[in-house]
Amino acid sequence: MTLNTFKSTIFSVLFLTTSFVGFASENSDPTEDKEFNAKEMILHHVKDAHEFHLWDWNGTPVSLSLPIILWTDNGLTTFSSSKFHHDDSGKVIVEENGGKFVKLHEKIYQLDNNANAVEFDTEHHPTNASMPTDISITRNVFMMWVSAVLLLIIFLSTAKVYKKSENKVPTGIAGFIEPLIMFVRDEIAKPMIGDHKYKRYMPYLLTIFFFIWINNIFGLIPILNGANLSGNIAFTCTLAVFTFIITTISGNKNYWKHIFWMPGVPVPMKIFLMPIEIIGMFVKPISLMIRLFANITAGHVIILALMSLIFVFKSVAIAPVSVAFSLFITVIEIIVTAIQAYIFTILSALYFGMATEEEHH
Amino acid sequence: MDLITPGFGLVFWTAITFIFLLLILKKFAWKPILGAVSDREEGIKKALASAENARKEMENLHADNERILKEARAEREALLKEARDIKVKMIEDAKGEAQAQANSIIEQAQSAIESEKKAAMAELKSHVANLSIEIAEKVVRAELSNKDKQIELVESMLGEAKLN
Repeated sequence: MTLNTFKSTIFSVLFLTTSFVGFASENSDPTEDKEFNAKEMILHHVKDAHEFHLWDWNGTPVSLSLPIILWTDNGLTTFSSSKFHHDDSGKVIVEENGGKFVKLHEKIYQLDNNANAVEFDTEHHPTNASMPTDISITRNVFMMWVSAVLLLIIFLSTAKVYKKSENKVPTGIAGFIEPLIMFVRDEIAKPMIGDHKYKRYMPYLLTIFFFIWINNIFGLIPILNGANLSGNIAFTCTLAVFTFIITTISGNKNYWKHIFWMPGVPVPMKIFLMPIEIIGMFVKPISLMIRLFANITAGHVIILALMSLIFVFKSVAIAPVSVAFSLFITVIEIIVTAIQAYIFTILSALYFGMATEEEHH
Repeated sequence: MDLITPGFGLVFWTAITFIFLLLILKKFAWKPILGAVSDREEGIKKALASAENARKEMENLHADNERILKEARAEREALLKEARDIKVKMIEDAKGEAQAQANSIIEQAQSAIESEKKAAMAELKSHVANLSIEIAEKVVRAELSNKDKQIELVESMLGEAKLN
């Protein structure tokens, strides 16, 4: 991500300074028309996008067009993101299935029936457009599918190793994967849930661990250019909701008793603790959601900010410092990919363990 | 702030992808892998237990062997001791018997010698008597053949008798 961000930004800046008007008219990115804005650049890379931007070539963005899928008043509307011609400022209007659509700050707006251009209020919000339900295959969805396919390839071929060998000896890829699975089983599931009940939760814990981990790693690969799936709150929110649902479903009598009528404390305390415990029930998944999102996004922001220093100071002399620091942070981020996957999984396991814990007095 | 507002599209696709991934991996990856691993762990546990049993059995066998060997050794000792005793006793017996036999043989020999001696003496005596008689006969015959001498003898004898 960082390398290509660097490259694309260098190209942008180069063509800005030489004021190559011919290409400038094709460049739709508003950041290229003005001073380098680190905040905008970083946010652009951290957030989701409707096309997979790889790099700029001669001032023209090279990108992978992704399908846009909308649920509008006229039903399902689909078209390619290339129809916006890389426009992100609501200038290009796409007419499809009886609706007029524009893309503004990576959001799709549907213009009102009689409007022909987006009109903005003072805070730069469109006044004559509404937002249809957007279930487009965005950059993050695309990367999620890539990661899912990769996970399937890795683990199905691991499973095949065991099917083939008579004595169940882990050879080849299984030799690498098995210790990871054993880690999730022996260091996460067993101590958190207990030896008798952990088996039910193993598929979920394993899937969540590897799904988060691989997407954390994808976020750090420069060529994937901002595939910040696990740093997207929608992603972490969904996974946290899954953990919450499983915790709530598997909660036993003892669990609910601890929430609504805490045993072992006087009655006023029971009444006092009840709202706290009920809030805690929801705070747990929310903390899961925020922790993963914030950690991964923060890592991306730091690396991008360090890179932006070069352009903020407009000096090549700062580059070695930026590169050295961002290399350092990237190494830390590589560790963080595993740590955050581990933390999400172990906390999920802990909540399952609390939900299924038997009474012991 | 878009950054902290979950977008519906991504939530939708994440949920679908995750459930899909969970179900597929559960059926085709986690189940066989975890199954294989726990099978193997069971196998290892069993193998270790049986190895332990075998070790114990070996120990028992070893102890048995020790015991049998000890017994055999003791038996051998006893046998050897017995044999030695028998040998000593046999030698003693043989010595005693030989002594007795030798004694009796010597006694017999002695008595035989005695009787032989007696017989010999008796025979010698009779021989001597006969010889004496023969000699006497011859002497007498010779004496009697010479009258002068006889008279001389008788005269000497008579002379002696006078003296008395």
